[in-house]
Amino acid sequence: MLKGRMIQGCRAIAEAVTLCRPRVISAYPITPQTLIVEELASIVADGGLDTEFINVEGEHSAASLVLGSSAVGVRVFTATSSQGLLYMGEVVFNIAGMRLPIVMINANRAVSAPLNIWNDQQDSISMRDSGWIQLYAENNQEACDLVFQAYRIAEDHRVMLPVMVCVDGFVLPHAFEVVDLPSQKEVDAYLPPYQPIYKLDPDNPLTMGAFTEPDKYMEARYMIQRTMEASIPIIEEVAREFKRTFGHAAGGLFEKYRVDDASTVVVALGSMAGTTKDVVDDLRNKGQKVGVLRLITYRPFPEEALYEALKGAQNIVVIEKALSLGGSAPLAVELRSVFHGRPASPKISGFVIGLGGRDVTTDDLKYAIEKAQQQLINMEFIGLRTDLELEGINA
Amino acid sequence: MKITLGTVTHPGGSRVNKTGAWRTAGKPRFLHKNCIACDVCALGCPEGCIFGTGQRTYYANEDFCKGCGICASGCPVHDIEMIPEGGEDA
Amino acid sequence: MPELVKERDKLIDHLLCSGHTACPGCGQALAARLVVRAAGRNVIIVNSTGCLEIFTSKYPESAWEVPWLHSLFQNTAAVASGVEAALRTVGRLDKVRVIAQGGDGSTFDIGFGAISGMFERGHDILYVCYDNEAYMNTGIQRSGSTPRYARTTTSPPGKVSLGNLRPKKDLPQIAAAHGIPYVAVASVGYPMDLDRKIRKALSIRGPKYVQIHVPCPLGWGTEPSKTIDYARLAVNTALYPLIEIEDGVTTAIKIPARVPVEEYLKGQIRFRHLLEGTGRKEEIAEIQKMADRNIEVYDLIAK
Repeated sequence: MLKGRMIQGCRAIAEAVTLCRPRVISAYPITPQTLIVEELASIVADGGLDTEFINVEGEHSAASLVLGSSAVGVRVFTATSSQGLLYMGEVVFNIAGMRLPIVMINANRAVSAPLNIWNDQQDSISMRDSGWIQLYAENNQEACDLVFQAYRIAEDHRVMLPVMVCVDGFVLPHAFEVVDLPSQKEVDAYLPPYQPIYKLDPDNPLTMGAFTEPDKYMEARYMIQRTMEASIPIIEEVAREFKRTFGHAAGGLFEKYRVDDASTVVVALGSMAGTTKDVVDDLRNKGQKVGVLRLITYRPFPEEALYEALKGAQNIVVIEKALSLGGSAPLAVELRSVFHGRPASPKISGFVIGLGGRDVTTDDLKYAIEKAQQQLINMEFIGLRTDLELEGINA
Repeated sequence: MKITLGTVTHPGGSRVNKTGAWRTAGKPRFLHKNCIACDVCALGCPEGCIFGTGQRTYYANEDFCKGCGICASGCPVHDIEMIPEGGEDA
Repeated sequence: MPELVKERDKLIDHLLCSGHTACPGCGQALAARLVVRAAGRNVIIVNSTGCLEIFTSKYPESAWEVPWLHSLFQNTAAVASGVEAALRTVGRLDKVRVIAQGGDGSTFDIGFGAISGMFERGHDILYVCYDNEAYMNTGIQRSGSTPRYARTTTSPPGKVSLGNLRPKKDLPQIAAAHGIPYVAVASVGYPMDLDRKIRKALSIRGPKYVQIHVPCPLGWGTEPSKTIDYARLAVNTALYPLIEIEDGVTTAIKIPARVPVEEYLKGQIRFRHLLEGTGRKEEIAEIQKMADRNIEVYDLIAK
């Protein structure tokens, strides 16, 4: 039985960040991340956190500011969404390349154009190449838990990579849920002070951010790739230790819900997996062997573990709130590559759903599951309106 | 050679790069006649390769001197002249 | 070579040391050496992408003997803000000074927003701009600092063009408009004045801006040995007034030896199209007027 209090997601997340004692926080307002940063500002204003809280003139500068602070060797925090994440895009890549263990919350939101402030996952999915570890939360409890784990993973000397904790915008930060947060003492025991490997210090001068010629660049990038692969067991280890320390499960590579004997498995990221669990229970009651694998760690992409978890299924139904325009549904494509050339070969269907904050309903999910069980779907949009005329498009 | 995390480098490593090999046109000869130790040559060298402790002691470290000629151009008492490569230094 | 001198060679530690790959006669290399010499060891330098960054930090050969960080092109002031914030939060800002530096490209154009934010927030940072009046590292393209009629590769003179038509953005005044405690303009032609201004800036708490005029032999088309001479000519024509604005009050150094602008323009390939043949008298007169105006506005002639 989970203890806790009824609290708005943004407040819970702000309190979780506070418990991690970041010494520098810098962010720029963007819906739906704003409430998180506002709550942090309010905590700081009341003396609840000893930190430099800096309002900057744009997201590119917010990310750059925490980059500078991290290079001096202090723990930092920033948050953004959508346009902000894209605007700070070059800094995001830069931070990973510089191996700075920065933790960021991304409140997932659709990207412009057209402008849309509501939830989908296009923003963080678009940054999947950046070298950041990406963790997706199902609910506000897990969002908080992932913040604690994120610092542990990022600052591990075997990792030293930034971590993006993704929370579905509006769905999580704005919602009121029961969240149980540990005490400061418990978090201090779990999360020791950050010990940088390299830092800017006149007592020991170093040059950071050197450029490399073609004869060295590839190796530097290869190092990040290898490190991300090696961080898969570390992420699992951190999740196990978290459960031992705090008594409940959170994080890890993925959550399996009624997957082991399932012939049809739905794969999803984030909060919509919660809705999918309800659909799974419903279909199970009708005798269907269905399950949902909620992917938590999207980067690094845990290929081997996913193969092991899904190899027994006949149908895999990937539902995602993102789209690689001109290509396909990104998660479905990546999942297909897991099975390429291997003995098990389930049918993997891809569905795009809920873009721009459109509700993901249980009916939509049932439709997708049924469709995928009948035929292999490469990519289909769920819930596309038929009453609208689309200029230049013949139905 | 090691690739460090984030290509962090230690200070002063550029000294392995002997930019003196760049010189084509000429190099400075310090005449040590009129020198008043004003330090303008040392201060004005973009390479930081001119050294001196007092009058008529200045010289350019030829491992690094690129032969730009700022020192010769700037010496207020014309005590530095640019000579062809292969000429003797003072 | 006298033994005594060889000893000194070992003892001198240049905080920006030899072996960097700047062009021979590079004004920016010279200025950067002077800046870090004035700043001393207790600094952290944040540098933007550009010539200075490229010629001092090719992995693994760094020419920097002080802590130094390069991130991207437009975010230097923001990164420096983060360095400053971190030092402040661990209580080291009183002893360790923060310098953010970049060329005119990253200062006047792409990094302009970040600098404005840094000034507005009041960070204790000295921002140094090495102004060679174009994007030199990428091959001499026009920037917001490129003077009127200068040739660059993206503002070349031609059959229907006289080069860059826009006047130089007045960044010192823009910096001062933020209400920061210290703004100064210096020139690599006057190294001791440059040194004085850097030391002065670093003795002040809050945001500071120092802009240093640095000839680029390659980009300007000048003799490498004449870098300091051309920098002095820019000052002595009054085209580059050496001003200081302290808490809103402006002072300027009187011109040591006034010369007409043509003395400065000739010998620079980037202005050759104004002087070829019979010369573009109107355009040169216009540039002279700009110089005259500076003399008036800043009171640059000693009475």
